[in-house]
Amino acid sequence: MEKKMVTVYLSGELFKVPEGSTIIMALEYAGFQLKRGVGCREGYCGACATVYREKGDYKLKGGLGCQTVVTEGMAITQIPFVPAEKPLYELETLTPDVGTFTNLFPSVFRCVACNTCTKACPQDIQVMDYIQSIIRGDLESAANISFDCIRCGLCAMRCPAEIVQYDNGILARRLYGKYLAKKSPELDNRVEEVKNGKYDADIEKLNKMDRDELSKVYYDREIKIT
Amino acid sequence: MKIPYFPGCTMKTTAKNFEMSAIASAKKIGIEFVEIPRWNCCGVVSSLTSDDLMKHLAPVRNFLRVQEMNKAEAVSENRLLTLCSMCYNTLSLTNNRMKENADELQKINDFMHREDENYAGSVDVVHFLSILDEWGFDKLKIENPLKNLKVASYYGCMLLRPKEVGIDDPEAPQIMEKLVTAMGAESVEWDAKSRCCGSYHTVKNIDLVKKLVSGIINDARENGAEAIITSCPLCAFNLDVRQKEMAVKNSDFQTMPIFYFTQLLGIALGLEKSDLGLEFNAINPNEILKKYEKIKGAK
Ligand code: SF4
Ligand code: SF4
Repeated sequence: MEKKMVTVYLSGELFKVPEGSTIIMALEYAGFQLKRGVGCREGYCGACATVYREKGDYKLKGGLGCQTVVTEGMAITQIPFVPAEKPLYELETLTPDVGTFTNLFPSVFRCVACNTCTKACPQDIQVMDYIQSIIRGDLESAANISFDCIRCGLCAMRCPAEIVQYDNGILARRLYGKYLAKKSPELDNRVEEVKNGKYDADIEKLNKMDRDELSKVYYDREIKIT
Repeated sequence: MKIPYFPGCTMKTTAKNFEMSAIASAKKIGIEFVEIPRWNCCGVVSSLTSDDLMKHLAPVRNFLRVQEMNKAEAVSENRLLTLCSMCYNTLSLTNNRMKENADELQKINDFMHREDENYAGSVDVVHFLSILDEWGFDKLKIENPLKNLKVASYYGCMLLRPKEVGIDDPEAPQIMEKLVTAMGAESVEWDAKSRCCGSYHTVKNIDLVKKLVSGIINDARENGAEAIITSCPLCAFNLDVRQKEMAVKNSDFQTMPIFYFTQLLGIALGLEKSDLGLEFNAINPNEILKKYEKIKGAK
């Protein structure tokens, strides 16, 4: 059966691509060889931030190229990289409080609570809420709310206050993890076990698997949460 | 009374002693503060530009939370209570503007992303001092009168100006003085009560702030005060922390304790010392509080 095609505009150029394609699939179908702006293709890595407009809709939308299905008349541009000011810091010298953000990310206090970031986030994170948690020094909430952030950069692209939300989020999670979270003896034990070679044989086994085998064990794995 | 409460960022960072003493005092009186869920920063300074509506999103978003709390019948008040003078000022100014200007409110509602409803303009902003006044200062059950304690009430700018949002007469305010008298203390009249503390100059121009703070403290002392009360975390920071820095540098400097009004109120209401957060005050207040040994839990 002939596949139904849809018309899309990739960086302004018209292409016909199969209906049901994701944006990444559409780009590759159209002949683009992707070196940046693509990664895991599973919606985890955040490398394929894309902006698009749908036909008849005035809204400029954002999404992950690998998770967003094209629609008839969609206009698409990839944002493979978002330039962000990124201060360097030594976690060991920082304190887990609002003062650390005042020094490293003073722009966070410019937030006007417009919630544009939340609207832009493909992960459905309450982005504004984690920024606001940082402003009031509640790093535990900031760490929890921002936990699923994949650093795609779409929030920062839209923020009228020029805040780089994801870099603030990751600093909050680092500070929370290092200084505030309850220590887990299980983690220390596991690190010790890894060091002592307990899993060397298993890793060896995984290393020898081909793609299909690896994929099978990956999807069949059991995650035990105790 | 179950009233929606907007803490603001300082209550969770530099002014924890204000928040804890206020909540405990209110509880003792019979007023329950219900912290509004998912609140955001008030916006800090109200935008005075006539066309920069963006800066008013933050206050209005908080009013939406109050609207929702009322719908869910989680509170008994359609008023939003604040403690911080600066938050009070910012929230009030924006709220008035929204109530008076339907076009602007409409625009703001259109840009209020990811909210279920529009702000209807029906919330009122109120400061804790006004709630106490309304409750009746004379009805407060004072268990531990602060006899002979001479207190200067410091208003700064944000509680009084501009007069449209002032909680009292901007030229001759008396609301805090009434509270002081109700607590059994002696209210001191002085000139500097609504003088500016230097506000945000404290970030860059510390010397200017120290000069202003010295002037304020000297005026209080010359008029016989032993302590100053305030309701603004930024004023408190300048009067308390900057004062301490001056005292450390100059051993002749005679210090004067700075309290949030709720800390003295807590003592007068007979609260436990652990409810007051006195350990967070920069200038040690224990010396002058010795007289009021009845502070529960005091060592
Ligand atoms: S918070 Fe920002 S960077 Fe993180 S996933 Fe959401 S939009 Fe992307
Ligand atoms: S987009 Fe920027 S200014 Fe708007 S709520 Fe998010 S962080 Fe704040």
